[in-house]
Amino acid sequence: MKTPRFLLTSVSMLLLFLFLTPLLCFAQTESTPPIVPPTPPPMPAPLEVAASDVPNDGGSAIRVSWQFPNELEYPPVGFEIFRYEQDGSNQSIVKVQSLVREYIDTGVTNKLPYSYRVQAIYRDSTGRETAVSAEQSQPASAHITFFDFTKINLAIITLILLGAILGYIFYAGRGKEMTIRKIAGVAAIEEAVGRSTEMGKPVLFVPGTQDMDNVQTIAGLTILASVARMTAKYEARLDVPVSRSITMSTGRETVHEAYLASGRPDLYSDDIVHYITDEQFGFVAAIDGIMVRDKPAACIYMGAFFAESLILAETGNGIGAIQIAGTAMPTQLPFFVAACDYTLIGEELFAASAYLSGDQRAIGSLKGQDVGKAVAMLLILFTSLAGTVAAVTGGGAMEKVYQFLWRLTAASF
Amino acid sequence: MPSMKKMVPLFITFISGAMLILALFVPAPPFPGLEEEFSIWFDLIAVFSFLLGGGNLLRVHLKKVARQERDWMFSLVTVLGFMLMLFLGLFKIGANDWSANYLASGTAFKWMYDAVFVPLQATIFSLLAFFVASAAFRAFRAKTREATILLIAAFIILIGRTPIGVMMTSWLPKSLEFFHIPNLSGWILSVPNMAGQRAVMIGIALGIISTSLKMILGIERSWLGGNDK
Repeated sequence: MKTPRFLLTSVSMLLLFLFLTPLLCFAQTESTPPIVPPTPPPMPAPLEVAASDVPNDGGSAIRVSWQFPNELEYPPVGFEIFRYEQDGSNQSIVKVQSLVREYIDTGVTNKLPYSYRVQAIYRDSTGRETAVSAEQSQPASAHITFFDFTKINLAIITLILLGAILGYIFYAGRGKEMTIRKIAGVAAIEEAVGRSTEMGKPVLFVPGTQDMDNVQTIAGLTILASVARMTAKYEARLDVPVSRSITMSTGRETVHEAYLASGRPDLYSDDIVHYITDEQFGFVAAIDGIMVRDKPAACIYMGAFFAESLILAETGNGIGAIQIAGTAMPTQLPFFVAACDYTLIGEELFAASAYLSGDQRAIGSLKGQDVGKAVAMLLILFTSLAGTVAAVTGGGAMEKVYQFLWRLTAASF
Repeated sequence: MPSMKKMVPLFITFISGAMLILALFVPAPPFPGLEEEFSIWFDLIAVFSFLLGGGNLLRVHLKKVARQERDWMFSLVTVLGFMLMLFLGLFKIGANDWSANYLASGTAFKWMYDAVFVPLQATIFSLLAFFVASAAFRAFRAKTREATILLIAAFIILIGRTPIGVMMTSWLPKSLEFFHIPNLSGWILSVPNMAGQRAVMIGIALGIISTSLKMILGIERSWLGGNDK
C-alpha cells in the first residue's frame, strides 16, 4: 500500500514544520539585540568663564574668556555671550563662532561692574538648537590707563630722538655755528633758476600732488619759499601749478612773503600759484601741456608723488629742462633718479629747507636727526649680532637679549 | 614777536601737534581717535576750499580767453569742460528726480565721467609704459660702474620674472641653486634692495619727525608764508 505511507510521511512533515517554525521564530527573536533609544552626543558647557579689564586702554573694554574642549565629535555651532549689569539685567551682546575662546566687550562704561555668561549653542540634524550655559563670571570693571605700557620701548626711542633734535635746536639757537654737508641737488636749484633767467624762460615748481596734511607737501612749500626768493632776485618767471586748493592758498602766502622779503612785491601775482585739478592724471596732463607749450628751463618737483612722477620727469627731460626732484616716496625715487638731473632722496627733501634757509636752529635739527640715525644703526647692529650669537650658541641668555633688542628695534624703526 | 595773524596758527599747531604726540601713548579719553577726528576736521576745511580752487581755475582761464593770450583755445576748452560738468552735476541731468545721486547710473554726469573722463585718464596713465622704457634705456646705459651694476641687477630681476629665466638655469645642480636666476632675482630684491629701501625709510621717518617738531615749535614757518619774526 503506497497511499497510507505517503499520507504518514506528509502528516509527519506537516507536524515537523508546525513544531519547528515557532522554534525558529523564537530562536531568531532571541538573537536580535533589544531596541534602545540612541544616546545623545555630549553637549558640554563652557568652563571657567572669566571677565577682566583690558589693560593699557581707555577704560572702555572688558575681556571675556572661557575654556572649551576642542576635540568634540559634535562641536557647538557657536557661543552666545550675555552681559549682566549690576542691577541683574542682562542682554545678549554677541554670537561668536565655535573656535573662539575670547571676546573683547567694548560696549561697557568705565568703572561699572559687569559679569558675563557664555552659552554653547548646539544644533541637531533637524536644525533644532540647544543652548548649554556656563556659570556667570565674577564681575569685572574697565579702568582707564593713562599710559600704554606696551609702547614703552617706542616711548624711550621717541624721547631719545626728541631730546636729541630739541637739544641741538636749542644749542644752535644759542649761537653755536653748525655746518652741514653740501647737497648737490639743493645747490643746483640756484643754478637752475639762473639758467632760466638767462634763457628768459620760466621756472616750473610742482609741490607734489598731496594736500597740506602731508608733511612732504609742507617740505615742498618750504623749498618753494627759497626758490621764490631766487626768482624774485633774478626776476625770473615762476609757475607753480597745484592740485589742492589749500596748497594753493598756502603756496600763495609763501610766494608772496618771499617776494616781499626780497623787496620785489611788484613781481608777485596771484596767478603764479594756480590750481589745476585734484584728479591725479588730469593734473599731470595739464602740467605736461604747460611744459610742452611754455618750455620752462627748470623743472623742480618737491613733495609727494605717485605714478605721475615719471610722466612729469620724462616730459621735462623731453623739453631739455634742468630737472631737480625730491620726494620721500621710496617707490618713486628710482623714476626721478632715472629721469632728473638731481634727486633729493628721502630725508634730503626735509633737509633741503634747512640748508636753503641757513637758519641755524633748522640746521641744528638735522644734527639731531643724525643722532637718531646713529641710534638706529647701533640698534640694528647689536640686534643682528645678538641674533647671530644666539643662533650659533643655541639660545640661552643671548636669545633673551636678542628678543629684547628685536622688540625695541622693530617697534621703533 | 610774530603778528597775531601768525601767532594764532602757531598756537593751534603747537597744541594740535602736542596732543597728537600724546595720543600715541595715552589711551585715556579724549586721546584715542583724536587723529581721526583731526583728519575729519581737515577734510571739512578742504571741502570748503574746493570753491577757492574752482574759482581760481575759472579766473585764470577766463582771463586768458578774454585777453586772447597765446594758446587761449586750450583755456576755452578747460572752461567749457568745467562749466559743462558743473551744469550736469548740479542740475542732475538725466536723473529721475532731485533726490537722486548725481553719480547714479543713467545721469549725464555719470555718462560723461565714464565715457570721457575715465578714458582720458587711462590714456595719460598708459603713457607711463612708454616713459618707463625711455627712462630705463637712459638709466641702464653702462657708462659708469654704478650704472653697470644697476644694469646687471635689473637684467637679472627682469629675466628672473619670466619663464626664460627659469629655463636658462634650470639645469644647475642642487648645490648651485642659489645661482638659479629666479632665486638670484629674489635675493637681490629681498636683501640688498630691501636693505637700501629700509635705510631710505629710516631717514625719511627721522626727517618727518624733525620737520614736524620744527613746525610744532614754530621754528619752521614757511607754511605760514615765511620765517619773519
